[in-house]
Formats: sequence, C-alpha cells, structure tokens
Amino acid sequence: MKLILNIAWTHVSSRVRQTLVGMAGVSMGVGFTIMMAGLMQGSQIDFLRQLVDTMPHITVEDERRSVPTQPAEQEYGAVQMSDIANVGRRPGIKYPESVMGSLRSWIPGDVAPSVKTTAIINHGGARIGITLTGIDPRREVQVSKLATQMQDGKLEDLSRASNGIIIGEALAEKLGLKTGNSVLLIGGQGVQLNSAVTGIFRSGMKRVDENQIYSLMGPAQVMMGQSGVVNQLRLRLTDPMLAQKVAAQVEAQTGYKSVSWQEANADLLSSFTVRDFIVLTVMGAMLLTSSFATYNIISTITHEKRADIAIMKSLGMREYAVRRIFIIEAAIIGMVGILFGWLLGYLLCYGWSKITIFNPLTGTTVPLSIYYSATHYVVVGAISLLCCAGAAYFPARKATRVHPVEIIRGAS
Amino acid sequence: MTEIALQAVELVRRIEGTVSHTLVNGIDLAVKKGEFVAITGPSGSGKSSLLYLLGLLDAPNEGEVIICGQPTSTLSESDRADVRLTKCGFVFQFHFLLPEFTSLDNVLLPMRAAGKMSEPEMRERGLALLESLGLAEHANKRPNQLSGGQRQRVAIARALSNRPEIIVADEPTGALDTASTEQVFSILRDIADQGQTVVVVTHDPALAARADRRIHIVDGKIAEITAHGGGAAVCEAVS
Repeated sequence: MKLILNIAWTHVSSRVRQTLVGMAGVSMGVGFTIMMAGLMQGSQIDFLRQLVDTMPHITVEDERRSVPTQPAEQEYGAVQMSDIANVGRRPGIKYPESVMGSLRSWIPGDVAPSVKTTAIINHGGARIGITLTGIDPRREVQVSKLATQMQDGKLEDLSRASNGIIIGEALAEKLGLKTGNSVLLIGGQGVQLNSAVTGIFRSGMKRVDENQIYSLMGPAQVMMGQSGVVNQLRLRLTDPMLAQKVAAQVEAQTGYKSVSWQEANADLLSSFTVRDFIVLTVMGAMLLTSSFATYNIISTITHEKRADIAIMKSLGMREYAVRRIFIIEAAIIGMVGILFGWLLGYLLCYGWSKITIFNPLTGTTVPLSIYYSATHYVVVGAISLLCCAGAAYFPARKATRVHPVEIIRGAS
Repeated sequence: MTEIALQAVELVRRIEGTVSHTLVNGIDLAVKKGEFVAITGPSGSGKSSLLYLLGLLDAPNEGEVIICGQPTSTLSESDRADVRLTKCGFVFQFHFLLPEFTSLDNVLLPMRAAGKMSEPEMRERGLALLESLGLAEHANKRPNQLSGGQRQRVAIARALSNRPEIIVADEPTGALDTASTEQVFSILRDIADQGQTVVVVTHDPALAARADRRIHIVDGKIAEITAHGGGAAVCEAVS
C-alpha cells in the first residue's frame, strides 16, 4: 500500500500544472455547490420563519373533516333522497374554555380562542370582503406575534374604542384609512356595525395584510349573529415543527378539524419540493462536471504510463493494485480540491451575505440569508470525492486491463 | 539427477483471429537449476513468445509450464502474478524502469510489492544488489541520468531483488553497445553460476555460444539443441 501511495504521489507531484487544473475544477464545483446549498436553504428557512411567525401553528375550527350524515339518511339509508335540508347546527366549539383547559395541560405551547367570520368593509364607496377575527388581546399575545407586528396603535387599544378594529397595512393603504377613522362593517346576516380603526399591523404576508381585520370577540360575535360563540382555537407551539403531530392529536381528542401550518400551506411547501429537486439536480451536475478535469488527467496519465503499467504487471503486481494507484491519484486531486472548495464555498457564502436586497413584503432592505451547515460541506465533499474516484476508475480499468505482453512486444 | 527448475510440456500458443497464427507449436523443454540457456532463432520464429510463456507473462493455449515443480496451467491470473513476483525475474530489451524513481526505488519495487521484508532490510538488499552490479554510486540517480548499460544493469538488479529461481531475459543486450553487452552477459553468466536459472533470448550467436545450452527455434519448434561448456550442463530432452 505504501508503494502504491508512493507511486501515486510521484505521478501527481510531477505534473504540477495538470494537477492544479484538476484541483481547481473540483474546487469550483464544490465551492459553488456549497454556495448554492447555503443560499437555497437560507432563503427557504427565512421564508418558513416568516410563515411560522405570522400564522398560528395550529388552527382548530368548528368543522368536521367530513360533513356529518343527516338524521334522515341514518334512518332511511337505502332510500335515495335529494334536497334534504341539513339540520341547523349551532356553529362554534362546544365548551371552548374546558377544551382549552384540557389542551393546555399537554400541548407544548399555548392556546387562545377567537371568533372567525367574514364581513364587508365599507368605506368611501369601496366595499371589500374581508376576514374578521375576534380576539382576546390578553390571550392573543400567547399565540401570535400580532402585538409586535403593530405599525400604528397598540393591541390593547381594541378595548378602548367601541367596536375597535385593527386592519392590515395593505388594506389601510387601499382604502386610505388611518388610525382613528370610522368604517362600516357589514356582516353576513346583514348586521351593520360602525367601527373605529384603532391600529394598523403588517405581517409581511400580503394575503394577510390585505384581508385580515381583528376586533374584540364581542363585535365579531355580533357580526356573526351568534352571541357567545367561539369557532376557532389557535395554538402556538414552542417548536413549530411539531405542529403536524400535535394537530393530529388535538383532532383525535376534540373531534374538531385541526389544521397545522404545514397543511394550511401545503401548496407552498410542495413548490419547495420542486425547487429542491431542481436545485439538487443542478448541484449534482456541477459536481459531476467538475470531476471531468480529473477524468482527463487520469486518462492522460494512464496513457503516458502504459509501459509502467505493463512492467508493474509483469513484475507480478496485481491488476487491482496497479488500478488503485490511479484511483488514489484522483483521490489526492479530489481531496485537495475539496479542501480549497470548502474555503471557496465559505468565502462565497460570506460574500453573498454582505449583499442586501429589498424585500417588497416587509418594505425593508435585508441581507441575503445564508444557511451555514457542516452537513453541506460533508455531503458535497463526499459526493465530489465519489465523482473523482468514479472518473478515475474507468480510464484506470481500461489501462490496467492491457496485457503486459502487448506493450512489451510493441516496445521492442 | 539435478533438480529441474523450469519445464515446458507440449506448449502451444496461437493467436486466434481471422487468420490464426501459431507462435509456439508444441515445445518440450526442461531447464535445470543453475543452468544458463540461450534461445535463438530468426525474427518471428516464436522465441520471445516462448520466453513469455516460460515466464508466465502469457498463457499457453495448450500444454503446461511447470515452475519449480508447480504446474501453472490451472492458476488464476492473480496466482500467476504471485508466481511472477516471487519466482521469476524479468529483463527486457528496454529497461522499463519507472522514470520518476531512483535506481534504488526501482530495485525495491518488487520487494515492496511482495511486502515480505522490512523497509531497512529491503534497502540493505537493494543497495547490495546495486553494488554487486557496480552501481553503488548511482543508487539515487534517476534512469534518465544513467547510460543505457547502467539502466539495463539496474533492471537486472530489479529482476534479482526477490531472489527468483528463474531469470527470464528477452534480448537484454539488444539496445546496448559492445562494452555494455559484454558486461550484461557476464553478469547473467555469474547469476547462473551462483545457482539461479537463466533463460535468455538473443540474436547474437557469439553470446548464445557462451550459454550452457543453446536452443534454436524455427517456426515455433525446436530446430536444434547445442550443449556447450564442458558438460557443465547436459542436454536432457524430456519428451
């Protein structure tokens, strides 16, 4: 083995220029791949953090996964009946306080009640359909970042005005509303409510900032025409990644539909999967391409060293031992290239993190978020080393298969 | 009866192709331990092919090569490589030294490949071999710093390094001047006198005359066997 290493090292070190080109190829591939991985995962994590910060981690609603069967259907299952009016069911979660109490006893986080309904906001001739969520400001701080998202006014101000509402920044701009303005809210049952804007928030998610209005629970219940109802429980967990598991348990316990943030954003998350797939393919192609320089070098060396291969085999060295010489040469080129590639990758990531971009959602200029992970370095390095070994294997196999007599005859 | 070091039985080597060509056509031969045999013949007579078969570099289509009593026709390619490594030493017309390595490293190559000795032992033996061939001061030079005769002597030292029973040389003096030719031949002669078996293919009738026995090959067959040297070795046909 020492002999093989010795020969390999001699071959590589006596071809400085070629070796450096090969190493540079590997370094570029590794460096840029690490940079892409850092950028991609960084932006993804940044986006998810925003998503998780803005939304409740789990929303429990007074719905069932499937529509309950009607009494008539239960009674006369064999008979086909159409136009059966569903039995009126009082909306809302039954005994919300006791449900919340029992949830609080085991979920890793907190829970707050809310009343969710739809309404039309009427201001200056514009009518826009919005989602109205009635909240309890004291308990709301446990489950959302609304208090920190306030751009104008405070969350507690809701209780100070009669029928106070907090609206999203995008909606305020659209309607030209400022804190202190009055608007008319029209509910589904025709209820009309004069409200006062007591605050403006910005979540950074456009669809929330355009459509969401918060009020106290009372006004929301009035708009619904259901006094005392609570039709939504919102949970915030200490670890958002547990949401799917906890949501399933909550649903099993309460019977109400519990939606984790992952389920609510399944469309976005699946587009991430597609993006991951594309980027991984590109990264793999980069690593593979970067090993072509190695293939070239090993091909050249094995060609130049035909006589050496012949003599080593004729002296009695095994074919695999001779082959290993060239694979070790590729590994030397690969390993040094990977080390420089790691450095290059780190420097590229560092450079990118100094670049700031304008974020249209938050209206601020923020640096590109880069995710630094040792896993990137290890995985990219390992794949690159495999590519180099593979790139060496084929020319080495071809060269060492040659029968020594053919070359010795050819030489004499 | 003296021990037989190398024996060929009914050796046949053909090149299969659109036109099949028989290189070696049924050769029987036995070489005793310590014997110096020269194989001669016109170009294309099959003498080199026979040598490659005897040195296990090539495998016969038919027949058997027995090295130190061990038949080799059933050995796998890697077992044949092992036999070459430990029992045969090769010298070719061109030295085939590894150009990036010093003379000493080239001589150490087969020992390192066999891996049976410690590094200091190998170095000691390598230096002793080079010294015995008059190359002590060239141990740390590379092949391109040596003359043709010196390179060929390094190649002989390499062939001897694993103490093989048999030295197989294919036109070892073919590319050398007269003085170097004389030197190389007397070294081979000494090796045989010290008890190792030497088989040499040569064009040079004068050199062949100095061998214990001369085997003349024509068209892949033994045409003539001539014994020399006052009965030091007696022809033993084994058919």
